[in-house]
Amino acid sequence: MMAGGAADWDDGGKTARFKALALPHLDELYTLARYLLRSRSDADDAVQECYLRAFRHFDTFRGGPIKPWLLAILRNACHATYAGSARLVYTADSAADDGVRPPLWSEAGDSPEQTILRRHSTDTMRRLIGELPAEFREVIVLREINDLSYRDIATVIEAPIGTVMSRLSRARTMLREAWIAAEGEGEAP
Amino acid sequence: MNCDEANVLMHALIDGELDAGHAREVEDHIAVCPVCAARLREFTEFRQAMNPAALRHAAPASLRARIEGKLPAPQAAASRRSVIKGFAFGATASALAASGLLAMVMRGDDDRRVLGEVVSAHLRSLQAQHLTDVVSSDQHTVKPWFNGRLDVAPPVVDLTALGFTLLGGRLDYVDAKPVAAIVYRRRVHVINLFCAPAAGATRRKAAMESLHGFNVRRWTENGLNLWAVSDINAEELTEFGEKFEAGLRG
Repeated sequence: MMAGGAADWDDGGKTARFKALALPHLDELYTLARYLLRSRSDADDAVQECYLRAFRHFDTFRGGPIKPWLLAILRNACHATYAGSARLVYTADSAADDGVRPPLWSEAGDSPEQTILRRHSTDTMRRLIGELPAEFREVIVLREINDLSYRDIATVIEAPIGTVMSRLSRARTMLREAWIAAEGEGEAP
Repeated sequence: MNCDEANVLMHALIDGELDAGHAREVEDHIAVCPVCAARLREFTEFRQAMNPAALRHAAPASLRARIEGKLPAPQAAASRRSVIKGFAFGATASALAASGLLAMVMRGDDDRRVLGEVVSAHLRSLQAQHLTDVVSSDQHTVKPWFNGRLDVAPPVVDLTALGFTLLGGRLDYVDAKPVAAIVYRRRVHVINLFCAPAAGATRRKAAMESLHGFNVRRWTENGLNLWAVSDINAEELTEFGEKFEAGLRG
């Protein structure tokens, strides 16, 4: 009944409401997609698919915070992209080839050396997060980068809060160990 | 509590997700266990080194344009009725979800529930023709009106010159406790500013949340919890909050 995209009609401001509620979360959705998927264009496609699906099902959204609802749809879209493959893979891409945004972390007063050091450690951290197994990677991204509560993470990954807690504890342990190993190789400051 | 439990729960402690009782149990264990104490310190330091802002990815502008292009063109704004209907559904769904939740009490649950209540109070004020108990654009009339009606003196700031007209004040109820509602108007939009004594922290940074299409800016200052609720956009509500805070400091 709705070929192609979402719909060609708009019943009394549905689009306006949807945009006002959903579009402010674009960067957070994109961040999760980038960490879950191997390429930038796959991330673009998954996020677009997520918004179109969310719009189609917006009538079934029963209030509450919209962010976890959207992230759950995105996560399913990412899994669909990689249906058939064993698990979501991630290839590190550095901030250097990002090209779309200035480095947020160059704070006033940084010397050029500090700036390089910070960029270096950010690249390392991104890579290390990307190397975590998908089920640990997603809780790290949702908690540390997207700042979700445990309850919201539980909604997104469709698991009990107890699972969120134990995964996060393992994920942080793994990430910290990888970070220390990288430090040992002289990679991180 | 043993070390295995503490190893998991200390993360919830770091994240501020434990209720007071469980937090106390973890802290008691850490006080007597140097291994877990060291671990907690390591994780706290590690998180400080994370720099989340730098780890984010910004969506390219072309992606936003592509998504907006695929959505149908907007027509009229949502009717108040449909928003209220959605809200009633939302409340039922939340109540059902809440009843099935696991026993551990999370701080976030409480915040979320109170958020629902302030939005609900905002909606009631618009529906029931009961926006104000005291009608005045004079802060020196509105503020004393609350004397004897509440055990706090709510701050009332005149922001008329800054584009937010003071309409008056009202006594309302949030979380089964009486609160002050100070009512402002921005063009045709009503802003309810709810104000109640804060139990814990005396200061908490402002956070913007949205529920059922309403924006809520909440913050804590001078031992008071404040919630500004309105259907104006987040930017304007932030502006309102910032001007109100600035006005408070004189």
